[in-house]
Amino acid sequence: MGHFLLHTLYALVRQPGRPVHVLKQIRFIGAKSLFVIVLTAGFTGMVLGLQGYYTLAKFGSDGLLGAVVSLSLIRELGPVLSALMVTGRAGSAITAEIGIMRISEQIDAMETMALDPFKYLVSPKFIAAMISLPLLCAIFDVVGIYGGWLVGVKLLGVNPGSYFTEMYRSVEWKDVWSGMVKSFSFGIIIAWVGCYKGYYAGHGAEGVSKATTESVVLASVLVLVWDYFLTSILL
Amino acid sequence: MIELINIHKAFGSQTVLNGLNLKVPAGTTTAVIGPSGEGKSVMLKHMIGLLTPDQGEVLVDGTSILGLGRVELNRIREKFAMVFQNAALFDSMTVYENVAFPLEEKTNLSRDEISSRVETALLEVGLKNVYQKYPDELSGGMKKRVGLARGLLLEPQIVLFDEPTTGLDPVIRRAIHQLIKETQAKFGFTAVIVSHDIPDIFEVAHHIAMLYRGEILQFGTPEEIQGSDHPVVRQFISGSLDGPINSGVA
Ligand SMILES: Nc1ncnc2c1ncn2[C@@H]1O[C@H](COP(=O)(O)OP(=O)(O)O)[C@@H](O)[C@H]1O
Ligand SMILES: [Mg+2]
Repeated sequence: MGHFLLHTLYALVRQPGRPVHVLKQIRFIGAKSLFVIVLTAGFTGMVLGLQGYYTLAKFGSDGLLGAVVSLSLIRELGPVLSALMVTGRAGSAITAEIGIMRISEQIDAMETMALDPFKYLVSPKFIAAMISLPLLCAIFDVVGIYGGWLVGVKLLGVNPGSYFTEMYRSVEWKDVWSGMVKSFSFGIIIAWVGCYKGYYAGHGAEGVSKATTESVVLASVLVLVWDYFLTSILL
Repeated sequence: MIELINIHKAFGSQTVLNGLNLKVPAGTTTAVIGPSGEGKSVMLKHMIGLLTPDQGEVLVDGTSILGLGRVELNRIREKFAMVFQNAALFDSMTVYENVAFPLEEKTNLSRDEISSRVETALLEVGLKNVYQKYPDELSGGMKKRVGLARGLLLEPQIVLFDEPTTGLDPVIRRAIHQLIKETQAKFGFTAVIVSHDIPDIFEVAHHIAMLYRGEILQFGTPEEIQGSDHPVVRQFISGSLDGPINSGVA
């Protein structure tokens, strides 16, 4: 797998693929994930608002709700949850697409034309994932913060002024930046695992379905493990 | 010229090629015949480096293609075209895009030039009004013909055909054989055809190689093969049930 990543990085530098291929992939990995990202972000923010209020109210500090919601989202939940959603939606599809091309000899056909499959199949997906994930994460954060606002301020009566003031006061650029770094690296993990599992899919429909399952499980686990290490470095 | 020297290839415990030797003469058509599942496709894939042998040597125009890096291997592959048994069309592209793809990626031709070449190539294999269809909307025979058009378009020096006519109706089959024969004569490329079309293939090929049990049993002109007194070759070209080849069908 390491070799596969090196080969991809080499291909990325040498022949990043055509912009039109990359755009197509951004549309698929990024734009088409928007709905599910907005939906999950909304509910995540709302449940954070609920839980945060419940806990903070015990200490009489429910004015800090904006800070709690936004920090949890920006530092942790935004990058991780958006990555997990994209893994389920696009990571699986990447594996299935490349896997089917593998078993139906389309990748072999490309190789016999002296065309590098990494350039046409793998690189565009990597670039698209690296661009899409931070953007999706940013959208996740914003929608989530408004979800928390909806529950905290509109439903539970937290002071509307303090929700956003506390948020501005407590969130630093470093927090935003670390969330983006996480998201970017999750993009690499999703594309890497997705492409790798597809590229080395086994035989027939069963081989592809197995590869797809493995891809989702492995990418999800790697995202969470890597998240822990990255957090301990970035903190 | 392509030379396979003492090629051994096994998948797990199954030995497929077992010390195979074959010299494909340059500028001529060589047909490889032999029972199904004997390793003809596997042999073809060795010639273009899609599979590497467990043991043995593959020479293309005198250069070994084993152990080459991607760049050098691609330089050799520039000489080749391969027409796959199952066509291996890109299923997310239309017929037109499939055939145009290598031209777009490998040449600096203008859009108009590409489109006229693609149209000619598709007409030559007897396809029209299918440009905007996707591969899964075509019959098996149509896919094969698209694959053929895609392969011949870049005017390769060596063409590997994996059962280009299997599953086609007799008229189309004749036409495809005619097309291969004519383009080969016109461009003088080296052709390797895996085929079951006996006796048609004797008209198309200059040399015949019979693959059996992982080795080339006999290599010769169509006349030599047709006059062979080897029992396996005789049984295979006559399609008889009696003989050393066991069909495996009870
Ligand atoms: N990638 C592979 N992995 C495992 N076995 C294979 C593979 N490719 C071919 N084989 C086996 O090798 C044998 C020869 O296959 P093939 O070359 O496709 O036969 P044919 O002569 O009909 O073209 C078959 O038994 C097939 O199952
Ligand atoms: Mg075959």
